[in-house]
This record gives sequence, structure tokens and C-alpha cells, in this order.
Amino acid sequence: MNVLLSWMQQFAPIEGEPEELAAVLTDLGLVVESIETVGASWDGIVVAKVIDLRPHPEADRIQLVDVMVGDQPADEPLQICCGAFNMSVGDLVPLATLGTIMPGGLEIARRKLRGEWSNGMICSAPELELEGDGDGIMVLEPGLPIGQPLTEALGVETDVLFDIDVEGNRPDALSVAGVARDLAARLGVPFAFPEVTLSGSAPATETVASVEIQSNDLCQRFGVRVLENVTVGTSPQWMASRLTAAGMRPINSIVDISNYVMLELGQPNHTYDLDLVPEGHLRVRMGSDGETLRTLDGQDRSITEVDGLICDANDQPIGLAGVMGGASTEISDSTTRVLLEAAVWDRMTIAKTSRRLNLRSEASTRFERGADPLGIERALDRFAELAVELCGATVTEGAVIVEGGLTPSPPVNVRTARVNHLLNTSLSADDIAGLLSPIGFSSRTAGGDSLDVDVPSWRPDSSIEEDIVEEIGRHYGYDKSGKRVPTPSQNGELTPAQQSRRHIRRAFVGAGLSEAMPLPFLAPDDLARAGLDEDGISLTNPLVAEESILRTSLLPGLLKAVGYNQSHRNEGVQLFEVGTVFLPSDQTLPDEQEWVAGIQAGASAVEATQLLHHLAGVLGLKGLTVANGERPGLHPTRSGTVTFRGRTLGEVGEVDPRVLDAYGIAGRVGWLQLATEPIAEALSTSPKYKKISLFPSSDIDLSFVVPDDEPVSKLLTTMEKAGGPLLRSVRFLNAFRSEQLGADARSLAFSYRFQADDRTLTDAEVAELRQNLIDAVEGKNRASLRT
Amino acid sequence: MIEDLPALVAAAVSAVATAATTDELRTLEQTHLGKEAAVLQARKQLGDLPKEDRKDAGRAINEAREQIEAAVEQRRTELASSERAAQFDSERLDLSEVVVGERPVGHRHIVTQAWEELEDVFIGMGFRVAEGPQVETDWHNFDALNIPPGHPARDGFDTIYVDHGESGSTLLRTHTSPVQIRTMLAQEPPIHVIAPGRVFRRDTADATHMPVFHQIEGLVIDRNISLADLAGTIEAFTTAYFGSGFSSRLRPNHFPFTEPSAEFDIQRPDGSWLELGGCGMVHPHVLRAGGVDPEEWSAFAFGFGIDRLALMKFGVDDLRELFTNDIRFLSQF
Repeated sequence: MNVLLSWMQQFAPIEGEPEELAAVLTDLGLVVESIETVGASWDGIVVAKVIDLRPHPEADRIQLVDVMVGDQPADEPLQICCGAFNMSVGDLVPLATLGTIMPGGLEIARRKLRGEWSNGMICSAPELELEGDGDGIMVLEPGLPIGQPLTEALGVETDVLFDIDVEGNRPDALSVAGVARDLAARLGVPFAFPEVTLSGSAPATETVASVEIQSNDLCQRFGVRVLENVTVGTSPQWMASRLTAAGMRPINSIVDISNYVMLELGQPNHTYDLDLVPEGHLRVRMGSDGETLRTLDGQDRSITEVDGLICDANDQPIGLAGVMGGASTEISDSTTRVLLEAAVWDRMTIAKTSRRLNLRSEASTRFERGADPLGIERALDRFAELAVELCGATVTEGAVIVEGGLTPSPPVNVRTARVNHLLNTSLSADDIAGLLSPIGFSSRTAGGDSLDVDVPSWRPDSSIEEDIVEEIGRHYGYDKSGKRVPTPSQNGELTPAQQSRRHIRRAFVGAGLSEAMPLPFLAPDDLARAGLDEDGISLTNPLVAEESILRTSLLPGLLKAVGYNQSHRNEGVQLFEVGTVFLPSDQTLPDEQEWVAGIQAGASAVEATQLLHHLAGVLGLKGLTVANGERPGLHPTRSGTVTFRGRTLGEVGEVDPRVLDAYGIAGRVGWLQLATEPIAEALSTSPKYKKISLFPSSDIDLSFVVPDDEPVSKLLTTMEKAGGPLLRSVRFLNAFRSEQLGADARSLAFSYRFQADDRTLTDAEVAELRQNLIDAVEGKNRASLRT
Repeated sequence: MIEDLPALVAAAVSAVATAATTDELRTLEQTHLGKEAAVLQARKQLGDLPKEDRKDAGRAINEAREQIEAAVEQRRTELASSERAAQFDSERLDLSEVVVGERPVGHRHIVTQAWEELEDVFIGMGFRVAEGPQVETDWHNFDALNIPPGHPARDGFDTIYVDHGESGSTLLRTHTSPVQIRTMLAQEPPIHVIAPGRVFRRDTADATHMPVFHQIEGLVIDRNISLADLAGTIEAFTTAYFGSGFSSRLRPNHFPFTEPSAEFDIQRPDGSWLELGGCGMVHPHVLRAGGVDPEEWSAFAFGFGIDRLALMKFGVDDLRELFTNDIRFLSQF
């Protein structure tokens, strides 16, 4: 909302430096985004009269213009070289005299153009930062004193424009008067609406216009006035300037007044050509499916039963309530009788219609947030006053106001103690009443040190005690509440799962992987391309199809990251992600699981598995095992399942080369993906201390010939069980294949350490332990000792 | 024999002194000090000497042996030193020639860095960390936060809905505020929590917008919590996170879930202001939705973006950089 200081001063004697006023507004929650000084850069620009026009002897596109600026002798006019040809002798024009700094920064100097002197510049509207035609110079209204500074001539004072960010709960501040009211209250100066003087003439308005509200849910109040003998023309410069400053384009006097009143008072309004409205009758009702209306912008709109309509006496729609008027009754240059409407509509209905038709206007914005239902009369009167002044209109006697579904809001009981509790203040009931009164919240004392507060009709956002507390706080000043730090009775800490997430990240970082953050959205074919089940949950209203499915795995996102890096010649990237996947579920919400995944470009399943075991070691995941098995998206013979404490923890291996082809990735890609929850559980239990034996250990190595389909992990399990407490460690050393061993078997070598806590083991004991191992492995793992 | 000792010693010392290697020295040691060494063989003759001479002769033999031992020890030290010197010379490495980068260095994402730093600041202030699902019910995301169906604020959130359950009933949370509701429903006051998390808006990606971003939410419910507690908490956070030269202010604003509401700004040491986030006293409707009696308890809440702090800290000027996963970006921090 752009608000001019001079405009606000119509309502209250607001004085102060622009920056100070802006700070006050901001402190009231009316955040000033920018302050602009307007009209100030017209110093040196005066009204000049054209007394002669001559062709330039050397140039076709320039003419020589003689102007008078007032005090020079009649035979010494100023010669100006001018590129525009739209003026005539006798016209008044704005002249930038020598030394003027133009709004754009250009300094006007005496100079020669093709041999002829130019003693200033005649200005176009855009050169003065005014709305208007840039092709020709600006021709001023006749009758202005020659030599008068342009600011005075146009009634444009040096002014300050505040660009204010108005929050959704403050429809009242979408008006100059509303902002002025808030500001005046804080500054302690009186606020008042200037009195409107209207002398209505016969006939009485109700004899030429009538209104019927058929839907009270749709319309709270509806008012009309009738203007006769209207001449639609151009608005005076002062109004055009204010509209322009407010960000609206001047169009014609009636449209401009309409916008002016809306900006000034916050009440949107609408005008009909009364001669085009049968019987001057307006009917307010809800629309029906199948009805149509051509709106002012020339579009044919399909009406539905959720839209509000203004119809004529024949029940034909002539306006879309609160959103846009109809074309059939539009004001034209030939209009002389104007039916003026000011109404207040149901917020939700306007919101729905403007959303449905994607028609957002200054009017619909105000209605959606809530216009002042009791401000209708003032808006009608103000409009009429301006129409009399600017369009020569006469006004019929009185306004017609029809009551709809307006329910007055009940008073709100506000307890002094509650106010002081929430704001940390010590205000009395009188203090509170004094803060509320200037912004229209009248109050009277009620029982138990409380006030009954009447909410003004322009504040639909205020309905409960806390709303009033906010108003009190706003006008008292939030800073007066002070600052204190509450002292919780608990210690701040992370949960084990949150700590574990940090450990996991640091383990991956320590292993040389960098943390990526792919978007969790996938394209419809991403899961299939990654070789995964296509069971991702889809988004109802995705922005783009490429981001329309929720991921069920971290694989597609990290594959894209690897592909992106490879295509930018970042070879061999190693990335990880801790992220949420979304799995289908029959519960209220999808099954969200947090996983961690690592991806290594140019690495094989061996390196991925080594990484896994390294991470397991760092994270203390003792007893984690890997068994080969096919995993969706992974290399069918180079991937497996990771098991930890009897639960599947995740997967490890290489990405399926077919998937890599689909993602355009070259080389092998190592992969591991684990659920974080079991890791968190493991991390939350501390390892138990085992005393270190002081006796020497006995170390032996054994090799077994084992069929290929018997995994090492199974042998290790057998050995750990068979070894008993004296087997302190078993380490897999290597696998060895040869023709001798056959095509389907390999030799696996292990190293064992035996040790007792209380003695040195005898050779006989070690031999027995060794034999136990051999017997167990041969018995359970289809293995034979290699000798 | 005894009289030969000086000559024996002289010969041995001379031989030892010119030993070229420790191996040669070991052989010489064996020769001159071993069981068969002439000096020691002299002991056998002691018995032949008159009793009164034995003592002197014995001492002479010991002295001879000690002289040779000293010579050997001295030579051993010399040889060890020169052999180490030779070894060091031959093992010379130029460490400037070592190929670096063979071991990849991992980096935490800057959003994670900011996230964890923020958590740590609030943990230091006695907060715990609460979490909630990213796909939420519309009730938790809107209704419970005083944004009933049809409320214009729902439009302002540019919500992404999810095809799960009844149409329109589930969505990608548009803010971390639903965690407030979940926390209230899960535990009795007093409550002092922060809720960092990932949130979603139906926004086209540009330098300042992403459909996915991260927020941190704070909620304090206790007896007698006032606007002053909110302002004090924001101020304490500001100095802890940004530094002692920074301060904060609250100014009125509007949010459906707080009343009174405020925006909080951070003032930099140079006097300029940074709009950081929204806050306010939790709206009684929200407290009731969480099963908390607003007459017994009062509460404040605040929230702000994590990503922007991460960008500011490192001078990154485009939000999209956070999500491209280019290693040249990730490895800078």
C-alpha cells in the first residue's frame, strides 16, 4: 500500500521527519518497505506560455519555440529547441529553466542545437515522472499563472510516499485513512474524517434506484447513490498525481474518483450507467451453474453457485459481486446518470470467486480481508462530493442503504491481569482504555478489573481477548514488554536418535564422503530407471512432472548427483545423504523412514563393502554381516543384504550397470544404503569393558576349501560359536581359487587368536581348540580343511 | 703371560678401532673378549702365580678386558651412528613431492552445519529437539494452527498435496509448526523445544526460492510466559548465534497461530537490520488444539529459515546451489 503523507494529513496533523514516521509505522506493524520523496525534483520547473512556433532552419525534427516565463520583457522571449510538435501558440507548458536538475538527474544548460540556442527544456509528462503521453510535451490547463512553479500550479506539494507492507489481518490499513488513524493514535494527535458537504437535490434517491438483497450470507450491507448530469472527463492533476503515486493509472474522472475513494477510505465501489440498468433496480443473489456474465474486461465468465451476483430487475447478471463489474452497464463517455454502489460482501465468497476465476483486484483483495460494513455511507458521500466537484454532477437526495447479513460483533471482555501477564506490563484499566480509544476500540469497565471492549466495524480480525491484547501491545510498544530469558527446569539435549544422526554424518564425512542434498521429488519414470518398484506416492498438484513422485529410496537422487558431477568432469565423487523416504502405508500418513546412503563413483562392490565395514567399526555396529543377494537397482551378482542384530539394516554393493546406463553414468558405482533407526539403537547402548588378558596368546591360521555358495559370514558364525570364550578373535584373511580346487569352490584362509585370562594355554589345549574349529566348520559349512 | 697383556690390549684396541661394520666389530669382540680370547686365557695362569702376585695379576687382566670392552663400545657407538646416517641419507623423502588428494575429504552440507549449530545454541539454552513427519495431515498443518478450511492464509502457503488417504487430507508440511501440535499432544507442559526440519512450498526454484527448504521452530509453554520471555529468548539466541555485537527487536506482525504476533529483526553491529523470522504468543486456539489450557499455561513460538543463515554465513548468493550437489560446491565448506 502506497500512502502519501499529504493525503494522511487530511485526516490528522501528522508531522515529523519521514524516517521517524516510517519507524513509527514499522513499530505499529505497518512495515515501511521504502520512503520516497515525490514532487521535490521539480525545482526550477515553471509554467511557460508559448508565444511563437517556427521551424528550425537546419533540422526537420526540431522546432523553435518562443516562450514567456513571466518577468522578462515581451520582446525578449526565451527560445527553446523542442522535439515535440503537439503545442500551439497560447498553450501553457512546463519549462525546465536553466540550471534545473531533472528527476532523472539531467542538468538543464544553455546549449546550441544545429546553430540555434536552446534556453531550457519543455517537458513531457514522463520526464516529470507523471503518468501520461511521452510522445508530446505536456500541455497544461489554461489559466495558470505564467512563471508559477509547477508544483504550485499542479497543486503537487513536495510529498513523502511510504510503501507499506500491510498484513492480511489489517484490511483497515489498506486505506490512507486507516494508516493515518493508526499513526495518529501512536503520535497522540487527533484523527477525524473531514466533513463531507453535499447538497442533494430532488428527486430522492429511492425514487430512481432500489436494491434488494436475496442472500444475506453473501452481502452484509449494500448502499447506492445516484449522480446526475455527470460529465465524464479527465481528472485534475492533483488527483492524477495521487493515484499515480498510489500505483494506479488515471483513466477518466469517474473511474479515478472510484479508485480515489477506495484508496482513501478502503471501501471498493462500483459505478453503473443508470440508464442501462432497468428501473434502476439491483438484486443481490448467489449465482447458478450455467449463468454467464461478460465482465468489464470483455471476458465471458461462467458463473457457478459459489459466486455472488448483482442482477438487474430482469434477474440478468450485471456484476460479479465484489470482484468485477459487468460490461453491459459500463460507464461511457456519453454516460450522464451514474448509479453508485458501495457494498460489503462475505469474505469467503469473494475469495473463492476471485481464486476460481484468477481475478484478483484491489477490490477483491479488500473484500477478502474484510471491508468496513459501516463505512458505506461515508464512501458514497465522499464519491458524490468529488463527482460534484470534478464532474459537475448533481446528487439525488440521500442514499439508499439496505441491510443484509451484518451481525454486529459482541463486546470482548479484556482482563487487565491477562493483558499484563501476556505483555509483562503493569497497565491499569484506564491505561488500556486510553490506548484502545484512539484506534476506535471503545471500552467500559466491567467486573473483576476488566473492560468490555467494542471492536470497531473496520477490524474484522479482532474477536477474542488476545486480539485486543495485541492492539494494546502494538500501541503501547512491544519494546516496553522488556526482555527476560525463561529458565527451563530441564537440561537441553539431543535424543539418542538425534545424536546418532550426527555420529552417522561424521562417520561418513570421516570416511571421505561429502554430504549431498538431493530433492526428495522424482520424475514418474525415475524409480523404473533406477530399477526400483514403481510404488512411490504421487503429489496431487506437482509444479512440474519431473518432481511429482515422493522418493522410496535415496538411490535415484544420488545417482542424479553422480551423473551431474560426472557430466561436469568431477570424477570419482563420493557422496552420502541422510534423508527421509516415503513408503506407501495404510495408515493416516505414509511410512516415513530415515535412511543413510553412500555412493562412490568409480568404486566396486568390494570398496563399498569395505566402506560399510569401516563405518560399522566407527559406529560400533559389532556383528554386522553381509550376505549376497539380489537387491532392486543393484548389480545382481555384486550386491547383498546387510544384517545387524538379526534385522535387515540395508544393502551394499554396486549399482546395476543397466541402471547406470539409464542414468548415463560411466564406470562402476559403489552403493550402500542403511536404515538409521537400528544404528541409533546400537549407539544408545555402551559397549561392556572386557579385561585384557596378561597371558600370551596362541595364534594359528587355517584354510578351508568351501563351496562358492557358502558365504564367509556363515563360516565366521560357526567359528565364533565353536571357538568358545577362549577364541579371542577370528579374522578372514583371503579367498583363493585354482583349477585344483575346482570351479565351484575356493579356499578361505582365517587367522585365530586363542587366549585365556588366567593362564598360558598349553599346546594340548590349543590343539583341541583347533580341532573343535575344524570339526564345526567341516560339519556345518560343507567345508574341508585344506592341507 | 701377564706381561703380554699390554701388547694384547694394544692389538685388540687397534683392531677394534678400525672395524668397518658392526658385523666385523661383533667378530672382533668375539676374538678379543670371547671365551678363547688371549686376555681371558691369562686367567688360567693365575693359579700358577705365587699367592701374593695373584691379586695384582687378576686386576691387570680385568683392566685389560675393560679397556678392550670400552674400545668395542666406543666403536659400536661410532658405527651405529654412521650407519644410521647412511640409512637416513638413503631413505630421504621429499614431502613436497607427495601426491595429495588420494584420500578424499568429506564435508558436511552447509545446511547441516547451520542446523547443528542452531541446535547447539538452543540446547545450551535448555531446549530439547522435537521432530515430526514431513507428510502431514491438513489438520496438523492448518486446522490445529488456527487456519481452518477456507481460511485465506491456506492459499498463501502454496501447499503441495499428497495422494495418500482422502483427497486433500495429506500434504507436505508447509512449515515446522505442526511439530508444535504433535509435541503438545505427546507431552505435558512445561515444554521447551525447538523443531528444525524440512518444509515444502509449491514454489518454482530461483535464487531465493526452493520447493524444499528448512526451518527451525521454537515453542515454550510454561506458567507466566509473556512477550518479554519471547523477546529475551530471541535476544539470547541472537547474541549466542551471531555474536555479542548483535541485538534483536520485535515488531508487530500477523500470523494465524500467534496472538499477539511479531516479526523479529536482527541488528548487525553496523546498525543495519535483518528480518529473520516470525514469532508471537501462541494463539489460544492452537494451545487448545494441542490439549493445553490457555488459562493455566501461556506460550510463545518462533520460527525462521535455516537455509538463508547457511547462505549468509558463507556468502552464497543462490539458494539453488544448496541442492545441485556439485562436489565443487560441497567441498568448499
